[in-house]
Amino acid sequence: MASIDYPLERPEAAPREFSFSESLYKWVATVDHKRLGLMYMVSALVFLVIAGIMASVMRLQLAVPNNHLVGPATFNRLFTMHGTTMVFLVGMPIVAGMANYLVPLMIGARDMAFPRLNAFGFWIFLFGGVLLYYSYLGGSGLSGAGSAPDVGWFAYAPLTEKAFSHGASTDFWALGVLVSGFGSIASAINVIATCVSLRCPGMTLARMPVFVWVMLVDAWLVLVVLPPLSAAQIMLLLDRFLGAHFFDTQFGGSAVLWQHMFWIFGHPEVYILIFPAFGTLSEVIPIFARKPIFGRPAMVGAVVAIGFISLGVWAHHMFAIGMTSWSNTFFAAASMLVGVPTGIKIFNWTATMYGGKIRFAVSMMFCCGFLLQFLVAGLTGIMLAIAPFDWQLHDSYFVVAHFHFTLIGGLVFGVFAGIYYWFPKVTGKMLSETLGKWHFWLFCIGFNLTFIPLHFAGMLGMPRRIYTYAAGRGWESWNTIATIGVFFQIAGIACFAWNVIQSVRSGKAAGDDPWDAWTLEWATTSPPPEYNFEKLPVVRSSRPLWDLKHPQDPDWKYD
Amino acid sequence: MLALAALAWLQSPTPALTEHRIANIFKPLASPAESEYQIALFSFVITGAIFVAVAGLIIYTMVRFRRRRDDDTRQEPPQVYGSNQIEAAWTVIPILIVFVLIGVTARVVASVENASPPASTVKLTLIGHQWWWEVQYPDFGVVTANEIHVPVSRDGAHTATYLQLESVDVIHSFWVPQLSGKTDLIPNRDNFLWIDPREPGVYLGNCAEYCGTQHANMLLRVIAEERSDFERWAAEQRRPAEQDGQIGEARATFESLSCVNCHTVKGTAAAGKFGPDLTHLMSRQTLGAGVLANTGANLRAWVNDPQQSKPGCFMPSMKLTDRELDQVVAYLQTLK
Amino acid sequence: MAASAIVPPSPELLESEWKTPDRGKVGITFLILTETSLFTMFVATYLIYIGKSLTGPYPKDVLEIPILATICLLSSSGTIVFAEHALEREELGRFKVWWLATLLLGLIFLAYTGIEWRHLIYVDHLTISTNLFGTTFYSLVGLHASHVIVGAVFLTLVLVVTLRGFPIATQKRRVMFLSWYWHFVDAVWVVVFTVVYIIGR
Repeated sequence: MASIDYPLERPEAAPREFSFSESLYKWVATVDHKRLGLMYMVSALVFLVIAGIMASVMRLQLAVPNNHLVGPATFNRLFTMHGTTMVFLVGMPIVAGMANYLVPLMIGARDMAFPRLNAFGFWIFLFGGVLLYYSYLGGSGLSGAGSAPDVGWFAYAPLTEKAFSHGASTDFWALGVLVSGFGSIASAINVIATCVSLRCPGMTLARMPVFVWVMLVDAWLVLVVLPPLSAAQIMLLLDRFLGAHFFDTQFGGSAVLWQHMFWIFGHPEVYILIFPAFGTLSEVIPIFARKPIFGRPAMVGAVVAIGFISLGVWAHHMFAIGMTSWSNTFFAAASMLVGVPTGIKIFNWTATMYGGKIRFAVSMMFCCGFLLQFLVAGLTGIMLAIAPFDWQLHDSYFVVAHFHFTLIGGLVFGVFAGIYYWFPKVTGKMLSETLGKWHFWLFCIGFNLTFIPLHFAGMLGMPRRIYTYAAGRGWESWNTIATIGVFFQIAGIACFAWNVIQSVRSGKAAGDDPWDAWTLEWATTSPPPEYNFEKLPVVRSSRPLWDLKHPQDPDWKYD
Repeated sequence: MLALAALAWLQSPTPALTEHRIANIFKPLASPAESEYQIALFSFVITGAIFVAVAGLIIYTMVRFRRRRDDDTRQEPPQVYGSNQIEAAWTVIPILIVFVLIGVTARVVASVENASPPASTVKLTLIGHQWWWEVQYPDFGVVTANEIHVPVSRDGAHTATYLQLESVDVIHSFWVPQLSGKTDLIPNRDNFLWIDPREPGVYLGNCAEYCGTQHANMLLRVIAEERSDFERWAAEQRRPAEQDGQIGEARATFESLSCVNCHTVKGTAAAGKFGPDLTHLMSRQTLGAGVLANTGANLRAWVNDPQQSKPGCFMPSMKLTDRELDQVVAYLQTLK
Repeated sequence: MAASAIVPPSPELLESEWKTPDRGKVGITFLILTETSLFTMFVATYLIYIGKSLTGPYPKDVLEIPILATICLLSSSGTIVFAEHALEREELGRFKVWWLATLLLGLIFLAYTGIEWRHLIYVDHLTISTNLFGTTFYSLVGLHASHVIVGAVFLTLVLVVTLRGFPIATQKRRVMFLSWYWHFVDAVWVVVFTVVYIIGR
């Protein structure tokens, strides 16, 4: 392993202790991309725990038929808040957090393009989240105690109209998500401007790390598809507050219009959420296989292609609304085409490992879990894209299993891979590999135990979003197994939490470059100083640190 | 009165038909479900083959190229940046597979959506309400709820039932997995669906689009029976309620209560449209859109307080006195 | 194998020669992209609901083509260009005149919208809750007008600081971004005008 002497100014030993109010001020008033990125990640993890608790309660309720742990109203609020939280308050801040922390470091910049806009984005996102959760206190307005929204994270009209959703809880849903969306847009504009304008000398677009490319496409996708959701929410709010009739079927309005706008956002949104995992894998796999990413241009091209195709697939969520056979076929075809660039990515990751010397650090184990589980998710996705099959599977537990394979088996595994990989950079401390392996295996077993059976429950006719079910319909055993899996997942997450706490308190010092990596974030101290790089680096290839460590055989010779 | 209730309970129809309680989409018993089943099998074969091949490749790579314990050379493996031929191959092959799938999908979509109607059809209108189903047979002058009676389709006499799908409030979705995939019931939009069950029996289904508090208990039964049985049923249903002099007092009690504001009993003062038609309540197998079996004890419990078994539904507890409750239940049990 | 510094590996890559696009231009471009997406949804909704109102008043009964307002708004795109040119040549007097003209034209447009809405509400009894036409009309035109208001606020801000002697010539970039935004708002009006007053009638 090459050891490199970086020309870095080390922080002075034992910095002065700050009082609580001083450090609070430093965090609240910060415009530093690393602090904001961390705050995004920490809020995402906090919301993840909240949403996970909600999911566990739902699984307990469904473990046996005719259960009375929670009633229908509570259950409906639970799945609404779980879905909304996971997408808007966990997935989106993970996108923003990882982009914020890593993009400037990876392209050799000192900060994001618009640091104050960045801080605005974070705080408005957090405000949106707090607004949503405030509904538990104020959701019934002055007329009673709180009640969270119970219209589902998709909030299909006309169920959200005043006539069917009384009180203010749906308003909290629309306003909270709308407001946090402004944060996502601010952050996306920032990421694009940073990627385009702040690259260090020599960092051409062709040399940008794949992770940065993925976040660039991700930000573009946010800018294109988030406004349709905002538009729909503005219309919903106009309906609810000013008596407009956008989704009011009594006045000739369309109940399907909401679905169109929602899914024009909603389907690309799942790619927005999964992209940070794509980017993470594209960084982590090469380092642990000790080979450059296989087919860089194809990897970048595949992400761009997924971005574009994803704009034309939204109505595969609406095969059951009675569209013409032409529309059904078109959206089925477009949806299946997404499988092609996604396949390219899976093949290229595998080819990156092929012929390498794979070191199964915990981060790499999560990547391998991702590959196999995401493969399953992709193939069940193909089944769902086949419109006639989807008429059966739509809104059944099969769909629940499918997208949890994408978002837990894919996104969450990818994010854990990223956390184990970059944690040393962020904190300067190593995470324990032993605890990490416990975390991986418990979580992986628990996840599969929970979500594989749900495919079968769905194929036996179990619809989504039911708070209870009768005995004797063939769903009991699948649901019981699924609930057992939850305990393994909780144990896994507990290991992770303990691992983080232990490591921050007394972890092994990481050093600047513990993985012998090749991208620029490893060319500065761990944690990086406020200005990131004392001297802006100059790069000549996509693996600047490889060039440095192998002066006799640098990458730029092959560029 | 209790004796009357017991008598009515004994006389309540016991389902003679097989009940298909497990709604397995891989045991289709009608044409749309059959087409969907076939394409499902086809997609299983293709995706299964892809899974075995790709997962095999991934696992092989992970095992074959792991760093060995004894490898402490600091040597990096050969640096391979890509290969146009290989990448072209794994771009083109998936494209070809996708085109096959698109072709098959297009064919099945067209065959299910544009199927020409069989010679003999029964038409009905299914109307979604929060959280029950209204079933109208305009050609037979029949209105009922939560249970759809349809004739069985036989090889010699192919019979289909056309469902016009409507909703009075929010979006619901028709799903009886063994007969057909989903089609939504959307307010202010006309949707259609047809089914042709091949075997007599009771098929279970659910509302499959989240529609509010009691979405979970918006259950649906399709009762497929021989054409002659179906027509006998329809003729029975067309009749107004029994005018039995013996239960005059019970009926008067029923009509004096606010039940009549929401429910219809043909031939009486009860003409409400908000809840299910009760004219032939006793001919139905379940209460509360499938939440309870239609037994005397359940009926009494349901009328006494529906919020116990279906919390959040729109039928309130009427706070009836025991006497009123007895009479209402006794009256309802005459509605055969 | 150790290297002592991340140094420029070749002289042709000196930091001074490394050029990337202006971050402000990138930012404003993508802000306009995201706004375009927002407007597209409202325009599409308007188009979908044309002729779907169950009761009147209908567009053909109550809508007058806003010729004067349209001329004003579109010509403000020209005056802001003249203002920019003047600023480029540091002719502050001409800049102030053109800038004021731009602001006035924008305000005339807003005033016209106000008068139009007042007439629609009080004379024709068309509100946002009357029918689908009212719903889509007020939301689309209102969304555009709110963007004009935001533009006018910023135009006023620039005018005020200029009149008070702020060295606006040092802020050419920011004035340019504002003018891009103003052009965008004008372009949106062309679409809104076509959809609401021509196709919709």
